[in-house]
Formats: sequence, structure tokens, C-alpha cells
Amino acid sequence: MALIDVRHITKTYNSTAVPVHALRDVNVHFEKKEFTAIVGPSGSGKTTLLNILGGLDAPTSGEVLIGGQNITGMKESALVEFRLRHIGFVFQAYNLIPVLTAIENVEFIMLLQGVGKKERHERARTLLADVGLADRLDSRPSQLSGGQQQRVAVARALASRPRFVLADEPTANLDSESTTSLLDMMEEMNAKYEMTFIFSTHDARVIERAHRVITLEDGRFQEDKQ
Amino acid sequence: MLVKLAWKNVWRNKKRTLIVAASVMFAVVLAILMRSAQLGSYAYMIDSATHLQTGYLQVQHRDYRENRSLEKSYVPPVGLKDTLTQMTGVSAVAPRLETFALVSHDSVTRAVGIQGIDPAAEDAMTRLSKWLVKGSFLEKGDSSLIMGAGLAKKLNVTVGDSVVLYGMGYHGQTAAAILNVRGLLELPLPQLNNSAVLMSLSRVQYIYMAPGRVTALVMMLDHPDEMARIKTELARHVPAPLTVIDWQEMMPELKQYIQIDNASGLIMLAILYMVIAFGVFGTVMMMTAEREREFGILNALGMKKTRLMAVSAVESVMVSFIGALAGLALGIPLALYYVEHPIRLSGDLAAAYETLGIEPVMSFSARPDMFGAQALVVFVIAVFCALYPLFFIRRMRASTAIRH
Repeated sequence: MALIDVRHITKTYNSTAVPVHALRDVNVHFEKKEFTAIVGPSGSGKTTLLNILGGLDAPTSGEVLIGGQNITGMKESALVEFRLRHIGFVFQAYNLIPVLTAIENVEFIMLLQGVGKKERHERARTLLADVGLADRLDSRPSQLSGGQQQRVAVARALASRPRFVLADEPTANLDSESTTSLLDMMEEMNAKYEMTFIFSTHDARVIERAHRVITLEDGRFQEDKQ
Repeated sequence: MLVKLAWKNVWRNKKRTLIVAASVMFAVVLAILMRSAQLGSYAYMIDSATHLQTGYLQVQHRDYRENRSLEKSYVPPVGLKDTLTQMTGVSAVAPRLETFALVSHDSVTRAVGIQGIDPAAEDAMTRLSKWLVKGSFLEKGDSSLIMGAGLAKKLNVTVGDSVVLYGMGYHGQTAAAILNVRGLLELPLPQLNNSAVLMSLSRVQYIYMAPGRVTALVMMLDHPDEMARIKTELARHVPAPLTVIDWQEMMPELKQYIQIDNASGLIMLAILYMVIAFGVFGTVMMMTAEREREFGILNALGMKKTRLMAVSAVESVMVSFIGALAGLALGIPLALYYVEHPIRLSGDLAAAYETLGIEPVMSFSARPDMFGAQALVVFVIAVFCALYPLFFIRRMRASTAIRH
């Protein structure tokens, strides 16, 4: 059974005068431990697909099965719980909680999961050490560089021990050195924790490092290169 | 950590938090001062009017209010005065025999109100002697009189002069006497100052041929708030045709003035509350719009909307609480200052007070329940306005919010 099975997904936005077809009958599946990039020009449907995979948006038709569980018809509160338990997110603009320190940001997800204080502190320390920030545990996001913030965001995504991590253009705001460093770290996490990473990206450096590249164009599935 | 997160969020934008908290604080201060001035003025009006005129309660003949003549005077039943004096909550009891007369000196004659009083009891109760500006106060059994300085001026008399008193005694007999002026009182109310004549009770009873009779037993209370209870209790001890009446029945115009002024004051307070509500609401709306992305991210990461709402609500409560507390910290000392330093009124307002028979002074109240009530009302309004993010979060879609 595939980790994620996307079946005949269509997404149409009807809020504008002319309906926008963001995704048209997309079929794809993702296996455990994949390191996959979803690429395509702006408006090709990358973010929409990521949102649907993450249960942030519902498809107009079709279904998404994660570990065999259909998330398409789930109620909102159940979806929030599902995301908390099974999906990690990394956003383009890092989006750490500005008033919390690095370690508190990582602990926060575990707090929501109900993990005990001691355990979540240990796990957060380990993860931050894994992403190379053992010496910045008590730094606030504003005291960290963009690359360091994105590392904290990755550690936060992994903290909930999800089945996979979705990253929406994670390197878009990073310079070349930080991008390389972040990708090295994510590959390491992919290997160490057998974690599935699915990115949306324009970035050639990310595409180069991806083990699988899925191309979308005008909401249609174009190419799937291993 | 959620409370810690809320607390940290409160201080992430210090200026905004301080603006909201300051709005709440000033609302509490203004509300406290407005209400303190109102309640203090009412208490002062009642205190002033009861001390200078009626007392809080009186035992009268049941028809005396409608027909203020000596025919409706009475001889207090044996032991009644002692019963009233010993009643819990009654601080003083003084007998009065009130009537009218013409008072003449040379070719000037004036209609005056005569009050026969027990000088010591009356002074203990009404502090009348503090208004004495010339001569000396009455003594028990005194055969002379004291009068308002305004009346003395009109009659062109001073201490040591004699005046002729002419009136109608009990059962229509003639009451006449020549009396010495022993002292002059500069009473704060022009109406009293221009017409009041005070004599010892026994002297008035003698001149008016009403031995042992009084028109009222006047009572002051330790705690005016207990008036209704004491009145009910007293009524059980007072035989017919006597009755117990309170200052509200004796001075209905004062009661009505207080009711009207209180209503207009509450309307002003409501306007103040609304202004503050809009101020807080506007700031909260701006803050919510700024944080839409953050709310979306947290929801995307797995924070349930109910938890997001709880954190947001705790933030609102914290800011409003800080403001309300600061308002109390500033408002209470200010109100206490004005309790000690009341504002003396002048002009039309002073004239309005005098018309009601009250000294023109704006007093303030330091009632603890008033402080708490104002802080609580403003706090609740602020919290209510600051609950907007809850509705916002409830309707929010994470996928849309994270794009903002």
C-alpha cells in the first residue's frame, strides 16, 4: 500500500467570475522514504496539490488516501488532529512562533500532541542538534538567520513524528549556501528517520537533489521522473 | 505553555498592548470619577438636607404632612422617645415643635418659620451651632431666640435686640411674646437663612400653649443605607395616629432630582462605555488582521481552533485585566483625593443645589462596591470586544490564512 495515494483529484476555484481549474484529474502516489520535488511554473497547481495532500484544502472531486485512510471527507476538527499526528509542514517563510525560542517552537507541536514535558524537551533538543542548532536552543526566531529558522522549522515538522513532511518552496527565501546546507540536512533526516519529504519548488538546486521529480502544468500531471 | 504563549503574545507588540490597556485604564478612571462624583453628591445632598432640615426619619401625626398646623401636633407617648433612642441604628433623636409666626422689629414685619428645639439634642444631631456667626447658641429652657442672619438683616436686628412674635397657638389661641435675640446663624441655604427662627422647645410650647406637644420626633441614623429596615422596625413601636416617614417622603423633589440625575449620569456612562468599546474593538480588529497568517499556520500545524480561540481569549482577558487593574490603581487614589477635597460649586449649578436646600458642594464617594463595579463593567466590555478573534478564527480557513 502506498503511503499517499492521490486518485483523480480535481480542484476548481469558483470564487472568481471565470472558474479556475487548479488541478485536473491528478493521479499520483508516494511511497515511504521518498524525497520528492513537485515542480512546475507558477499557477501550475503545486501549492494546491500540497494543500490537498496536507488536508488544508479539500478537492472538488477525487480522493486522497494516507496510509489507506481516506482524508477527503473528514470533518475539519478530525483533519486538524490528523495533521497534528501524521503530517509535518515546512513553509516558505519559516513561520515560527515569534515569541517562542527555538526549542519552545519545536516543543510546541509535541505539547499539542500531549507529550510529557520531559520527553518533549529531550526530543526537541535532539532534533535541534540533528539540524545543527544545538547551540541556539534559546534563541528567538528574530535572533536566527533565515537558514537557521528554516532548520528550526524542519525540526518542528519532524517533532510530531509524522508519516511525511510537506514543504512548500522551503528554499525560496534562502541564499545559496543556506539552501545547500538545508538540503544536506533534510537528506540526512530522510536517511536517518526514513522520513518522506515532498517539496514544491522552482529551485533548480532542490530539483537536482530530489530523488523523484513530478512535473505539473496547468493543473495536469505532466511527468514523473525517478 | 498555552498561557505562557498568550502572555508572550500580549507583549510581542508592546505599543498595541499598552494602547488597549490604556484605553481600558482611562475608561475605568473616568467611570470611577463620574460615578464617584454622582454617588458622592447624592450622599452629600441627602446628608446635607437631612442634617439641616428633616433628619432621616420622623415620627409625625399621620396628617401632619398634609396639614402642617399645631392641631396635628402630639404629645409623645410615654417611653416612645426612649424606645427610638435605644433602637439599633438610630444615632440621635430630637423633638421639634414647628409652626409659623409674624416677627416684628420697629416697623418691619416678616413671616417666619418657628422651630422649637431641644438645643443640646438638636445640635448634636444637626450641628446647627457651627453656623453661629454672632452671639451664642440656645440653652435648655432659654427664653430668647436665635435666627438666620438673612432674616436678622431684613428685620434690621442684631444680638441683644428684642423682637415681637405674633402667631396662632394650639386650638386657635393667640400666641404672642417679646423675645431677645441671642444669636445669629449664617445658614447655608438662603431659604432657611432668610426665614428661620429657633427657640427652646419648652419656650415654644409655652408661647403656643401646647405643653408637652411636638410636631415631630426627628431621627438620625448611623447608616443611612439601613433606613428602610429601621423604618419598618420603628413602625411596630409607633401607635396610631402617629406614623414614621422618611426623608424621601418629606423631600420628594430631592428624591426625584437624584433619580433624574442618576439616569442621565448612567446614560453618560453608557456613552463612555461605547466609546471605549469601539476603541478596543478597532485595535483588536487590526491585531487580528495582522495575525491572520499566524492563526492559519498554527491551525495547519495541528492546533485546533478551540485551542487557538482559548489562547486568543486568554490574551484578551490579560490585556483587559491589566488595563482594569491600572484603572483601579489610578482611579481609587483620585476619587479618595476628591473625597477629602470636595469641589465647591458656583453659578447656576450652585443655585440649583440651593433651590433643593442643599449646600452647593460636589462631593465624591469612596464606596468600595462602586470601584469594583466600574472596573468590572469596563473589564467585561473590553473582554467582550476583544473576543472578535474568536469569531474570526472560527470562520478562518487555514489554507487561505497562510497565504496572507
